[in-house]
Amino acid sequence: MADDEPNELKTTVLNELHHARGAKMVGFAGYEMPVQYKLGVLKEHLQTRTQAGLFDVSHMGQVILRGPNLAEALERLVPVDVAGLAEGRQRYAFFTNDAGGIEDDLMIANRGDHLFVVVNAACKEADVARMRAALEPGGITVKLLENRALVALQGPAAEDVLAEHCPAVRDMRFMDVETLPIAGAECWVSRSGYTGEDGFEISVPNVAAVDLVKSLLTDARVEPIGLGARDSLRLEAGLCLYGQDLDPGTSPVEAGLTWAIQKVRRADGARAGGYPGADRVQREMADGPARKRVGLRPEGRAPMRAGVVLYDAEEGGAEVGAVTSGGFGPSVEGPVAMGYVSAGCAAEGTALWGELRGKRVPVRVAKLPFVPAGFKR
Amino acid sequence: MKFTEEHEWLLVEGDLVVVGITNHAAEQLGDIVFVELPEEGREVTKDEEVVVIESVKAASDILAPLDGEIVEVNEPIVEEPGKINEDPEGDAWFFKMKVEDLSALDDMMDEKAYKDFIS
Repeated sequence: MADDEPNELKTTVLNELHHARGAKMVGFAGYEMPVQYKLGVLKEHLQTRTQAGLFDVSHMGQVILRGPNLAEALERLVPVDVAGLAEGRQRYAFFTNDAGGIEDDLMIANRGDHLFVVVNAACKEADVARMRAALEPGGITVKLLENRALVALQGPAAEDVLAEHCPAVRDMRFMDVETLPIAGAECWVSRSGYTGEDGFEISVPNVAAVDLVKSLLTDARVEPIGLGARDSLRLEAGLCLYGQDLDPGTSPVEAGLTWAIQKVRRADGARAGGYPGADRVQREMADGPARKRVGLRPEGRAPMRAGVVLYDAEEGGAEVGAVTSGGFGPSVEGPVAMGYVSAGCAAEGTALWGELRGKRVPVRVAKLPFVPAGFKR
Repeated sequence: MKFTEEHEWLLVEGDLVVVGITNHAAEQLGDIVFVELPEEGREVTKDEEVVVIESVKAASDILAPLDGEIVEVNEPIVEEPGKINEDPEGDAWFFKMKVEDLSALDDMMDEKAYKDFIS
């Protein structure tokens, strides 16, 4: 996901507001997005953990699927239980390929007469093409929405803040979805996010987005938060970033995402398999994968970033894996990372060494998440 | 105070040169979370990597601005790297070095030239 030239970048409807709030803008997945505002990454991270942060995630793809036998059809692309997803509920999923690798991760919401799907910005064209190819022959329409923005309000104060605009949000549980009027607009609200905190993701019509965001930001408990803190928040929460921790060569079993494959889609389930790469996923679920995603706590203060190679000895030894995401965890107050290691090195507490600037620095396999989740279940 | 194109400042203090990074550099780097300082007594040559600093965003190397010997390092910034963001051109200096030839500083930017350089 390389940075693009500024003149080629797309913008979200909140772009002017980001500039007005003093954001530092960068290219991300083809969009000019705020990496931080005046507070800076560290304070923005802590603000979200202690109060509330507001994120522009309008670059992500919002897609509506509508048509006959919809859940069954989508289950041919994802290994999760779509048919059993109740109306008003949302669930995490991933598209797999024939080799059992992950093409993207996504959210699927059952909104009654249709499914609402949110995919990563960098993958959205490919995801839409994949869904069109698989679903349109069955009479299903796949519509990528260009007329809605998406914002996330995250943090322990998120409920109180949003309830001032719409008291009904207090009754929502983690992963509930509802259509609610907020700041005079029809918003599609889910109680979810990607920070490890309680919070809401709000799909809002473009025409109402700026007013909604401005009105949320008038609350003293809310600050705008950039991609920098979004990354450290999701890393501490043990959540994967597609393109870094997940990619087309990595299976959901290696990635530790089998919790998202419900019983009914597993080897002995009523609707087992039937998605791309099911043979590999089932084999790895039965026999264990060759490598696993793990949390990593480097000793000392030096961050271990993506690409750092991991060894099983301080000198010599074997290369056993690599860091895929890493940095400083402001809430942990130290370096945190995740990466893939061979299965024999994946037990919590295993001592490994990461090579930093030619020196091997001790690092321990650690439990994920690094901070407890604040979800309202 | 003198300045380098690598965004370091140098201040002559008796027969030593105090070295740190500029306000501008600290601002660009963002919140600094890790710093590794050289050993006292190390002989360095100009443009040799002597300090590693990491911010929440990325790692950067600080190069020796002159030939000389590192005689003192500012240990408190290792314990509290955030000090570098608070006072980069004061308390959060990096190291002091003994330099044979102080005339090398003459060619470096003064404050006005540095301001023009970063604007």
